[in-house]
Amino acid sequence: MTEKKTPLLDELEKGKWPSFVTEIKRAAVKSPASAELLQVLERSYAERRGHWKHGGIVGVRGYGGGVIGRYVDEPETYPNIAEFHTVRINQPSGFFYNTKTLRTICDLWEKHGSGLTNMHGSTGDVILLGCKTESIQPIFDDYSEAGFDLGGSGSCLRTTNCCVGPGRCEHACYDTLEACYNITNEFMDELHRPMWPYKSKIKFSGCANDCTGAIARADISVIGTWRDSLRIDQNAIKEYAAEEFPIQSAVVAKCPTHCLTYNKETQELSVVAEDCTRCNHCINLMPKAIQAGKEKGATLLVGGKSTIVQSAFMSSVVVPFMKMEVEDDFEEFKDTVRRIWEWWDENGKTRERIGETIFRLGMGKFLRETEIPPVPQQVFRPRANPYVFWNQEELDQSGTAMDGSEVKNYNK
Amino acid sequence: MAAKLDQGPPNYKEMLPPVILENYGKWKYHEIPRPGVLKHVSETGATMHSVRVASPRLVSIDFVRDLCVIADEYCEGFLRFTTRNNVEFLVGDEAKLNPLLAELEAKGYCVGGTGASISNIIHTQGWVHCHTPATDASGVVKAVMDDLYEYFDSMKLPAKLKMGLACCLNMCGSTHCSDIGIVGVHRTPPRIDHDKIRKGTEIPSLVASCPTGAIRPDPKNKSVIVNNDKCMYCGNCYTMSPAMEIYDAKNDGIAILIGGKVSNARSAPSFSRMVIPFLPNNAPRWPETTKAIRDIIELWIANAHKGERLGEWVERIGWERFFSLSGLPFSDMLIDDYIFARETFRTGAAFKY
Ligand code: SF4
Ligand code: SF4
Repeated sequence: MTEKKTPLLDELEKGKWPSFVTEIKRAAVKSPASAELLQVLERSYAERRGHWKHGGIVGVRGYGGGVIGRYVDEPETYPNIAEFHTVRINQPSGFFYNTKTLRTICDLWEKHGSGLTNMHGSTGDVILLGCKTESIQPIFDDYSEAGFDLGGSGSCLRTTNCCVGPGRCEHACYDTLEACYNITNEFMDELHRPMWPYKSKIKFSGCANDCTGAIARADISVIGTWRDSLRIDQNAIKEYAAEEFPIQSAVVAKCPTHCLTYNKETQELSVVAEDCTRCNHCINLMPKAIQAGKEKGATLLVGGKSTIVQSAFMSSVVVPFMKMEVEDDFEEFKDTVRRIWEWWDENGKTRERIGETIFRLGMGKFLRETEIPPVPQQVFRPRANPYVFWNQEELDQSGTAMDGSEVKNYNK
Repeated sequence: MAAKLDQGPPNYKEMLPPVILENYGKWKYHEIPRPGVLKHVSETGATMHSVRVASPRLVSIDFVRDLCVIADEYCEGFLRFTTRNNVEFLVGDEAKLNPLLAELEAKGYCVGGTGASISNIIHTQGWVHCHTPATDASGVVKAVMDDLYEYFDSMKLPAKLKMGLACCLNMCGSTHCSDIGIVGVHRTPPRIDHDKIRKGTEIPSLVASCPTGAIRPDPKNKSVIVNNDKCMYCGNCYTMSPAMEIYDAKNDGIAILIGGKVSNARSAPSFSRMVIPFLPNNAPRWPETTKAIRDIIELWIANAHKGERLGEWVERIGWERFFSLSGLPFSDMLIDDYIFARETFRTGAAFKY
């Protein structure tokens, strides 16, 4: 292979931030496909446009998703990336790895593909970037043998994802790592065999800091919380005071509900528990002194998605508090999402995310039909317009059943 | 041999270092002893240090193997990646922390991304692998992070700053809820390849894909017609059909949105809002984009209260004040005219001149 020049990309090997160009070049040493990728990318930089054709349908036996087909637009010039498909591998919860596992991923990818990866895709998967159609099944067979499975793509449950949780975070209100693992395994069929109107994502965050961005990036967002009072260790507060930490200005004054009071004399902090919205601010600032309550669980929010088609939506509260217990196998959660998906599967139009289906048909209808009770926590404020739907069957219909011409006799 | 179906991901329990297994769910608090290093303390008194290192996300297997060598030497063979695609070395044995840091420095790794810093930019495929991009992802991210590197390995910002980049309006990732969102945008309507449409596009789905109803069927031609006045160049029709090519090298570029967040701390999660409708695709360094972002960040640093996220600052001073302070031109392009537009208009008489 003759060395071709890449002056524009070479610019991006300078500077302090680690360079993806360097990475592609490293892969190109062993992979002709990666070498050609570099050439195509250089052209894209010169021409300011992409060179990938519309994806085709490729995959493995037994599954309906997990592989993204990709073809370069000038296959004659770039035969090694004429096919350059992506394989999504389901990552372990919390992106924790032992080096043996990571080396296996690398070795198999060296054998079959471009040697380029994304660690990780935005949804969470390990992205194996670039292989030929004929390699897809052998890739899956080898990874499967080594204990890996494909992630999701298409109109299915996508790969689930979670924050670092109890593995390393004092804020975690439930076991996000186990929830992610357990629930992913429960819904393998929904993940591997697309059968829904469109994609659906679940993300598990251990607290309101939402380190997976669940509220913005998942149709079903599970955000850890507690139901009783946050716990304050007054001795630890005194230690913060001794270090001259600005308790009043940095913590108390910024509490969104003004439910914290700091007594400068006694150096004690108190909270009006029923006014706290569990935003996590005070805990973030004084982790040694303030802890979540004891009665822990999660809030279930639904409908998050990005721009297309009806604008970006954030998930909104559906179930304010739900137990997320390893002991009962996350039963309440599984039961609830099954009802939600069933409703969406029945009512959603093609390529309509669940947030859009709820928006089109109404939150009231959604709640009624999924048997989730309406509660004030689901809204910032009640409706301002009076355009309310009533169930006609529950009203006295002896008046409306009349022929309109008889109306003058009505109420006589 | 046949592949095993539905076996799911590897069990995370096998991926946890001993210090985590012993202190799982027992962490009491954490500190940030220096930029890039977290110290977690357990109820049992045990400690663990995490050393956060930058990654370009698009990496070779050799990069991953290099990480493994380090993890074997200092971390009993364990490491993790973060939700922002950084790498974290998990150090159970405190005696290994300084040697690890020395080794990372010697090998040129970038340690940082903790606390009130700019961490990695969540980003997408761009010209490297996607068929609908209006800009590149990896290149823009590299240019922006090189420019702002001083904020990655320090913690001198008013609050943390999260950035997201999406190479088209599909907005994969977190751009719509980031302190600063970088979005690839088109500015010209799609070009219809009628032959291709006749050869296999499902016309009703194509028509339905358009957010503004700009596409209608053209039965006489067995194709479609685009009403260019209604098209805002989102490219969703191209996602549905290869016959609707929309890239336009001369007019594609980048829009900048600011002020989004996902955490609930203090204020509710919020969307980022457009403040610059277009910047050119000047590869390989995107100087207009890096400058615009730096200017916004420096304005925030100069004016925000301590602890105030970018969006919280702008909401406090008012968007009109943000525009006057930043000198960014305000135009009708920044006024929403889509489905939920009305709630973004000012329905009150209180504002600043
Ligand atoms: S968690 Fe938030 S709302 Fe509750 S007391 Fe702390 S700062 Fe206030
Ligand atoms: S680019 Fe978007 S707005 Fe324009 S015709 Fe296509 S789908 Fe409609």
